[in-house]
Amino acid sequence: MNIKTMWRHIKESFKSIKRNGWMSIAAVSAVAVTLLLVGSFIAILMNANKLATDIEEDVSVRVYIDLAAEEEDRIQLEEDLAALDEVESIGFSSRAEELDNVIGSYGDEFGLFEGDDNPLYDVFVLNTTSPELTADVANQAEDMNYVAGVNYGGATADRLFYIMDTVRNVGAIIIIALIFTAVFLIANTIRITIFSRSTEIEIMKLVGATNWFIRWPFLIEGALIGFIGALIPVGIISYVYLRGFDTIMRYLSGTYFALLPPQPFLYYIIALLLGIGVVIGSLGSSLSIRRFLKV
Amino acid sequence: MIVMSNVYKKYPNGITAINGLDVKIDQGEFVYVVGPSGAGKSTFIKMIYREEMPTKGTVKVGEFDLANMKLSKIPFLRRHVGVVFQDFKLLPKMTVYENIAYAMQVVGKNPKQIQKRVLEVLDLVGLKHKVKMFPNELSGGEQQRVAIARAIANMPRVLIADEPTGNLDPETAWGIMDLLEEINNQGTTIIMATHNSDIVNSVRHRVLAVENGRIARDQEQGEYGYEH
Repeated sequence: MNIKTMWRHIKESFKSIKRNGWMSIAAVSAVAVTLLLVGSFIAILMNANKLATDIEEDVSVRVYIDLAAEEEDRIQLEEDLAALDEVESIGFSSRAEELDNVIGSYGDEFGLFEGDDNPLYDVFVLNTTSPELTADVANQAEDMNYVAGVNYGGATADRLFYIMDTVRNVGAIIIIALIFTAVFLIANTIRITIFSRSTEIEIMKLVGATNWFIRWPFLIEGALIGFIGALIPVGIISYVYLRGFDTIMRYLSGTYFALLPPQPFLYYIIALLLGIGVVIGSLGSSLSIRRFLKV
Repeated sequence: MIVMSNVYKKYPNGITAINGLDVKIDQGEFVYVVGPSGAGKSTFIKMIYREEMPTKGTVKVGEFDLANMKLSKIPFLRRHVGVVFQDFKLLPKMTVYENIAYAMQVVGKNPKQIQKRVLEVLDLVGLKHKVKMFPNELSGGEQQRVAIARAIANMPRVLIADEPTGNLDPETAWGIMDLLEEINNQGTTIIMATHNSDIVNSVRHRVLAVENGRIARDQEQGEYGYEH
C-alpha cells in the first residue's frame, strides 16, 4: 500500500468519527471511564506495594554483643557479620544509646539503670539485602562467637512478611482483573459502534473494496477512539497524583515510608493507559469487523 | 461474456434455488430476468457477482471462473460488475460525491481522475447539482440515480440491476429506464431483474423467464410473463 492510500484511510477515519457523532462520543466516554478506573487502581495498588516494601525493609536483625567481648572480639564479630553475603549494612549502637532509646520510648523511670547498672547489651543492627533473608541472617549470627542473642522480631516479622505478600498478590490479581475488564469493555463498546455500521461494510464489499481497504479506516478509527478516550484519564490521574503526592509526602516526612515519585511512575501509567487504549481500540475494531468481512 | 452451465444451488436449509440452469449472455446485451418470487431470480442474479456460489456447475464472468475463485479475488470481480439494488444501498454517512468516489478509491484511482469521472457520471444521471447532499436528502429516484452513477463509475462491463424500479413511482421508473438504455448503448451489458411488465413490454429486449430454478423461456424481444 502506498502513502497516498494510507493518508486517505487516515482522513477517512477522522471524518467517520466526526460523522458518527454521538456514537463516537459514547465510545470515547466508555474508554475514558474504564481507563480512569484502571489507572486509579494501579496508582493506589502500586503505592500500597511500595509502602509494604518500605515496611519490610524497616525490619532489621539486632545482634546483642556478649558483655565479655573485648574490643578486638567486637571488631572480629563485626567483620564476620559483614562477611555474610546477605548483609547489606551494619550499624552499631552502644548500650548507653540503647538505654537512651528505652528511656525515650518508655519513660524516665528507666533512668535509674544508667551507668554501670545498665542491663542492656551493645548491639549490631543489620540490614539484609532482601527482607525474606532476615531469619536466615539471624540464625547465622546466633552461632558466632560473643553473640549474646539475636532478635529480628521473629514470628511478628514473619507474619508481617506474610501479610505484605498477600497484599502484593491480591493487588496483582486486582490489577490483572481490571485490565481484563478494561479490554473487554473497550472492545465491546467498539464492537457496538461497528455493529451499527454493518450495512456500510456490506456496501463497501459490493463495490469491490478489498478487506484491507475496508479494515484500515476502521482500525485507525478504533485506535483514535482508544487514544482520545485514554487522554482524559491520563489528565485526571496526572493532576490528582501530583497534588496527592505533595500532600501525603508532607505527612510521611521523617519516616522510612515514601510514595512512588511521580517521575517516572506517572510516565509508566500514562504509557500504559495510552497503550491499552490504542491497542484495544484498534484490535477491538478489527476483530469486530472480521465477521462482516466474511462473504 | 457470462456463461452458466448446468448450475445448481442448494441452500443449507435444503431449498434448491437453482436447478440445472444454462445460459449465455454476450457483451453489450440488455437482458430482462423475469419470474415469480421464489423462482430463483435473485439467486441467479447474485451468482453473477459472487454473492452466492453455485453448489455445482460452472459460472464464468469474463475471465473470472466464479465456482473456483479465491475469496481474495472477489473484490476484483466486483470492479467489473456494477450492481444496482431496489433499496439503492448508498452509504448513508457519505455525500453523493463521496459515495461515487468511494467505488473509485477502492480501485486505486487518484483524486484528479476521481473528480473528473464523478462529475461526468453525475452529469449523465442528471444530478450534478446535488453533489454535496447526503442520501437521506434525496428522493427515491434521485438515490437510484446516484446508485447507478456509482455502479458505472468504474466503467464495468456488466451492470446488474435487481428490481431497480421496484421502489419508484412509474414516472421515475421510466426515467431510470432511459438511463439504463443509454448506458447499454455505450456498450455495457445490462442484466435487469424486474416485475414491471409495462417496461418489459414497451422497451423490448431479450427476456429470461426463470421458473423452478431453470430458464423456462429465453426469447429475443420477448414479452413479460411466466406460467405460474
